[in-house]
Amino acid sequence: MAYQITDGCVNCWACEPLCPSQAIQAAKPHFIIDPSQCSECAGDFAEPQCASICPVEGAILDAGGKPVNPPGSLTGIPTERRAAAQAEIRAR
Amino acid sequence: MVQAVTTLETGRRTTESASTGGCASSGCGSSTDKLAHLPAAIRAKVNDHPCFSEDAHHHYARMHVAVAPACNIQCHYCNRKYDCSNESRPGVVSELLTPEQAVQKTLAVAAAIPQMSVLGIAGPGDPLANPERTLATFRALSEKAPDIKLCVSTNGLALPALVDAICEHNIDHVTITINCVDPEIGAKIYPWIFWNNRRIKGVKAARILIEQQQKGLEMLTERGVLVKVNSVLIPGVNDEHLKEVSRVVKAKGAFLHNVMPLIAEPEHGTFYGLMGQRGPTHDELQALQDACSGDMAMMRHCRQCRADAVGMLGEDRGAEFSIEKIEQMDIDYTAAMQRRAAVHAEIEAKRQAQRQAQYEKREQAMQPQRGEVFVGLDSLTRRRPKALSNAQPGVSESSAAATVTPAPTRRAGRALRIAVASSGSGVINQHFGHAHEFLVYEVDDQAVRFVGTRRVAAYCSGDETCGDGESALAGTLRALDGCTVVLCSKIGIEPWDVLEAAGITPNGEHAMEPIEDAVAAVYAELAAAGHLAEFETQTALSA
Ligand code: SF4
Ligand code: SF4
Ligand code: SF4
Repeated sequence: MAYQITDGCVNCWACEPLCPSQAIQAAKPHFIIDPSQCSECAGDFAEPQCASICPVEGAILDAGGKPVNPPGSLTGIPTERRAAAQAEIRAR
Repeated sequence: MVQAVTTLETGRRTTESASTGGCASSGCGSSTDKLAHLPAAIRAKVNDHPCFSEDAHHHYARMHVAVAPACNIQCHYCNRKYDCSNESRPGVVSELLTPEQAVQKTLAVAAAIPQMSVLGIAGPGDPLANPERTLATFRALSEKAPDIKLCVSTNGLALPALVDAICEHNIDHVTITINCVDPEIGAKIYPWIFWNNRRIKGVKAARILIEQQQKGLEMLTERGVLVKVNSVLIPGVNDEHLKEVSRVVKAKGAFLHNVMPLIAEPEHGTFYGLMGQRGPTHDELQALQDACSGDMAMMRHCRQCRADAVGMLGEDRGAEFSIEKIEQMDIDYTAAMQRRAAVHAEIEAKRQAQRQAQYEKREQAMQPQRGEVFVGLDSLTRRRPKALSNAQPGVSESSAAATVTPAPTRRAGRALRIAVASSGSGVINQHFGHAHEFLVYEVDDQAVRFVGTRRVAAYCSGDETCGDGESALAGTLRALDGCTVVLCSKIGIEPWDVLEAAGITPNGEHAMEPIEDAVAAVYAELAAAGHLAEFETQTALSA
């Protein structure tokens, strides 16, 4: 079982040095987790380190494919607000 | 009254002569230097740091290298796709360097730009959240370019744990971004931190961050390291609170407090940008800087430069030093260091001469001086002592105590704001169309005071190619809002007309003159011609 990085990743490097299993690699277009290496931090930390520092909502999925940090959970920006702002910007 | 002023004047002279020795060549006591109240040792340290000394930034260059991508907190004004907005303009991505590349780049730049005196690490994330990369860069540079000063900016979370590691290197300047000292306010600025291997949110997170920032500040000042504090002014969130921040950080030994405006646009994708939080107006920023500088030295020339900025403040030559270009450069390090030493000595001689000239002029006019921030208007009336309330900018505590008689603070309505185009050296030497920023001075019949910089997109990019000149000029007009006169070395006919139509008088007659002298002269000209009244209505001075 392993965590996964999505294309929401902004390549900020925060997760890479924290991984106790050296499972995270800088890659293009974004960082990746080697599923054969990821231990889900079991035995090392109570919480998965990558998902605990990642600043981007939705960038890291747990073993079940669910975002560890769902929309709104980190920034506090309501999903509707973000969508509305994005639509506004596109309309310009 | 007069005696109080004389005491001040004597005090200033005493400070100058007490620190002679180092002073004649390292030149403290600049007339426009806000640091005049600081001990000589600190002033000497600050003297040629272009980010800290208002005078030095005209003469010296600095650069930042982007070696530190990760961050351990989230600020509501930051989109982590871009550089840390504590130090840089948002929306700009730096070229991430390895420590080795950063060292090479620094040595290349320091060889090409001998005015180079400071290397900073400010991002793109938090340098201390990337301790290996940051410290490796510093370690190598302390060895290979011992004449270059090192500085680092941080959000403070990891600072206490790293203070000793920092102090091992040639590092004597640290900038901490402190937006609050109250966790309740902090919770509105920082949604979470990463601490002890966990993500922590809310007031608890803000409390830990604030504790670490304050502890780090104390540890650094105990060890004699210079600490500057940056704050982002967020209207309605920490504006009033920043006065308290100013008091607290000063009491703990920070020597400069730099209040920067929040920059928030929806397209940055930040919490504040998307939630419609506005940034402060020029006037709000200035009012707050005024209020805080009653407590401590403030820095108003901060350009919020990019994390990989290269060159003199306000000028970015980063493109000349890309990795590919650097790798092809062939540099003689020893020769470069000797050249720097010579150029720095030359600069100091020039600054010393400028100060001497200014000093003599004042002596001649028998003009009593108050504080160090002001330049007397010799040609006008005799200086009257003014109120020294907390709202009075740039007045040190000692001078506040020395002058007893209160009088009106500033006579709004008669004060003018004058914008200046300068590419450095403290003189008016820039073409209006080439200016990326304007220095704004406030002048009345008693003093000239530097109040801040306004960034603009250069109106003219060079020869004929003034592509989007029109829109850039409109932006410039907005940036110059509230200014009555623009001083520059030259200006084209078209922008001249546009400026005049907007009620701003362009003036190229003072090219190559020292800025403060020219500003004072322009005010005197306007006063003599009886033109001041007509500006009264259009200069809305709220500060
Ligand atoms: S969950 Fe833990 S082990 Fe797996 S990639 Fe993230 S940090 Fe590494
Ligand atoms: S912390 Fe998140 S955004 Fe940053 S590199 Fe890792 S996955 Fe990408
Ligand atoms: S400290 Fe800098 S990089 Fe980190 S979240 Fe704040 S602004 Fe962004």
